[in-house]
Amino acid sequence: MDKHERHIRQLIDEVRDGQLPRRGFIAQMVGLGLTAPMAGMLLMHAGVANAQATIPYKGTKRGGGGTLKLIYWQAAVHLNPHFAGGTKDQDASRIFYEPLAGWDSDGNLVPALAAEIPSKENGGVGADGKTVTWKLKKGVTWHDGKPFTADDVVFTAQYAGDPATSTVTVATYKDIKVEKVDSHTVKVTYPKPTPFWAEALTGIVGCILPKHVFEVFMGAKSREAAANTKPVGTGPYKIVDFKPGDSLVAEANMAYHVPNQPFFDRLEVKGGGDALSAARAVLQTTEYDVAWNLAVEDELLKRLEAAGKGRMEFYAGSDIEFVSLNVTDPWKEVDGERASAKSKHPAFTDKAVREAMSLLIDRKNIGEQVYGRGAVVTSNFLNNPPRYRSPNTKYEFSIDKANQVLEAGGWKKGADGIRAKDGVKLKFVFQTSVSGPRQKCQAIIKDACTKAGIDLELKSVVAAVFFGSDAANPDTYQKFWSDIQMFTTTMGSPDPQFFMEQFVTEQLSQKANKWSSRNLARWSNAEYDAAHKASQTEFDPVKRAALFVKMNDLVVNDKHIIPLFARPRPYGVVNKMKPVFSAWDNTTWALGYWTRDA
Amino acid sequence: MINYIIRRLLIALPSLLGISVVLFTVLALAPGDPFEDLANNPNVPPEVRMALRAQFGLDDPIWQRYLHWLGSMLKGDWGFSFISRINVDTLISQRIGVTIAVIGMSQLVALLVALPVGVLAAVKPYSWFDRIASTLAFVGFSLPTFFTGVLFILLFSVQLGWLPFVYRSDLSSTGWQWWVDQFKQSIMPITVLGLFQAASWMRYVRSAVLDVIRLDYVTTARSKGLGERAVVNKHVVRNALIPVVTLVALQMPAVFGGAIVTEQIFRIPGIGSLLIDAILRNDTPVIMAVTFVFSCLVIFFNLVADVLYGWLDPRISYR
Repeated sequence: MDKHERHIRQLIDEVRDGQLPRRGFIAQMVGLGLTAPMAGMLLMHAGVANAQATIPYKGTKRGGGGTLKLIYWQAAVHLNPHFAGGTKDQDASRIFYEPLAGWDSDGNLVPALAAEIPSKENGGVGADGKTVTWKLKKGVTWHDGKPFTADDVVFTAQYAGDPATSTVTVATYKDIKVEKVDSHTVKVTYPKPTPFWAEALTGIVGCILPKHVFEVFMGAKSREAAANTKPVGTGPYKIVDFKPGDSLVAEANMAYHVPNQPFFDRLEVKGGGDALSAARAVLQTTEYDVAWNLAVEDELLKRLEAAGKGRMEFYAGSDIEFVSLNVTDPWKEVDGERASAKSKHPAFTDKAVREAMSLLIDRKNIGEQVYGRGAVVTSNFLNNPPRYRSPNTKYEFSIDKANQVLEAGGWKKGADGIRAKDGVKLKFVFQTSVSGPRQKCQAIIKDACTKAGIDLELKSVVAAVFFGSDAANPDTYQKFWSDIQMFTTTMGSPDPQFFMEQFVTEQLSQKANKWSSRNLARWSNAEYDAAHKASQTEFDPVKRAALFVKMNDLVVNDKHIIPLFARPRPYGVVNKMKPVFSAWDNTTWALGYWTRDA
Repeated sequence: MINYIIRRLLIALPSLLGISVVLFTVLALAPGDPFEDLANNPNVPPEVRMALRAQFGLDDPIWQRYLHWLGSMLKGDWGFSFISRINVDTLISQRIGVTIAVIGMSQLVALLVALPVGVLAAVKPYSWFDRIASTLAFVGFSLPTFFTGVLFILLFSVQLGWLPFVYRSDLSSTGWQWWVDQFKQSIMPITVLGLFQAASWMRYVRSAVLDVIRLDYVTTARSKGLGERAVVNKHVVRNALIPVVTLVALQMPAVFGGAIVTEQIFRIPGIGSLLIDAILRNDTPVIMAVTFVFSCLVIFFNLVADVLYGWLDPRISYR
């Protein structure tokens, strides 16, 4: 780890001296397993002047671009970013509202309502790591013509942080203090030194609401605000009509604060239906310009692309499909609870069995055959931003080796061809949600396991039940009452602190917390807990990155968690359309920059 | 007659009350939570979910919640959706127009096809016309709408490129162009639904007419020299329509319920898709409102059917 750290420090110095371009540094960090946003923040913390990240824009005048049509296969139901639990609602409200800054695909902060990104250099980030001062852009107006000021930012933090308002962003704002310094400067104070200070006021959680519109609807009255469906924001498009659960229409905001934006005169977003026909509407009939999250088998997408009318674009975030081997025993009740944290799984306690399971998953083949461009094979749980990606892990597929490992571990084949030791048979129930690719994946794994003397019983649960949070249902992924399970977990923020919290002991999912916490495999490791705790206060970005790499290695090398694929986000785009996407922010995060070639 | 209608409406009240009790209890006892989305979102602390539950009264006992719902319903307050936090009547009124335009039209198309074809087929049973019509009818109701829908899309949208397959409730065009666009986007769903319905209705009409056309009074009508047209229209169809009216009247509330599958395929924002979304997300107020309106319509159309019987056959009297 030391070597790793020294290497990063050396690179930072090179950037500072101008020997290494910023982009090159980020590329190298990504190679070392850090995410791009993290690499960007490494430089920021190290005091290397943050060449303000910008997005290239080709438009030369405001409007005149015609109509931009987006198709979603889920439909937004309201347009308040602080109530938006689902991606569809977030994306829709992000059209109208803007945060102080958004995250580009390299993980850099790009100013929206901020005049500049705070850094140690420009005095924005306090030396003690507890305060951040944001300078706001001047001359910004709300859609109703009123000016945007620091009051709106202060109000937004109060509004979202008030538990009575019941926002989904309350966790971000309830403990921080946002104060007005002058009409266009705000100061954020954190209760303790916060290495990842750039969560509040950025991205979707940072969308600023107009004080004069929402002021009277704070707290329990929040539901009654007409602006929940008739947004008054600062964004490039203004609302014309919104039909919850169906569609929305917007028109260009001719008073938008970025020159020559937006390019399009009108914007239409249609929701509902299914992913395959959404892909068809863009790639085959071009009724729509851009389709969101086309979770369709790559085979089909390629066939649709063959029409030559559109293309697929993939953006790598850190969403990961992985297999969990239960740490606890799901078949025995301890204190009236199945899979109690006090129990031990009869077979998976032996590392040889876990090792064998990992060897029996043919990631490369499954990735290529089943998911195509929709999966990037990986041996890490934490894959992006690249600066957190561990270089220390690897994966292998070998039935022979698995057999050897099991043989050496004392697991001998019985008359039925299934290995057993001390009366424990290698017979497992393997559950996942109902989905074509996942069932194929299950079948391929089962086939390999059979050859190694492990018998898998495949089980697939309807997604609504599997991912549902019904505490009375035995088949949820949160209960994990089976030996093995497989699903994708998403990483919403470019900072991994929250993402990596899902393996700390405190988060063990069990009866006492109604299975509502996040450590579903019930994996527990003192060293991991200590590293996670350290990451919450470690201010040196290099050391902090090293901590996350260490956490990844601990969890992956113990083999209870077997990462399979990072899942990039698939978008369908018609020819000539030039959207700007980011894996670390909403689809509509930079809508003003979208253009269409003539 | 008026007395009869008033009496029927009064009898309907207790049945509506009973229906609402049953609906509410079943929904309250069903597992699930409208804030499941929040529970699955790791960024949302459980307190938020608890606060929302308390705020929306989900933690009160069932009978209290029912009385509260009934009280506000009587005052004309339909409540608000737990998911979108929008008033239920707004949600429904936004979708009723599209639903009636598309589903209502399709029923009309079905009737316009089924009646003449069914009657003609029955007048000359086992003729070539009857055989072709019956075969097509069997094909028609054997093919589910999700199959014909996708088939239509592949043919008319993808291959030929004539018609759009995404239904838009917010067409930007105006004037004549609006009507043209509206026609183009509606024709596929209306045809798919209408022909499916027409197929089964046509069989009903045919058998109802066949039953009547062999009766003695029809022979009498013919023998006193009436033209075939008059015999069929005035004497046969009128009597044969009674069972058909029952069938069609009971089908009418379904117009309001929408056609969930077809709405999904063509992305039509109708009541059906509102209901299915609400059910999937345990959005009780929306489910209650839609199903309640639905039961009102069932009762209402039953009454309409009864009144129509009297018009079709004056021997049926109301007491």
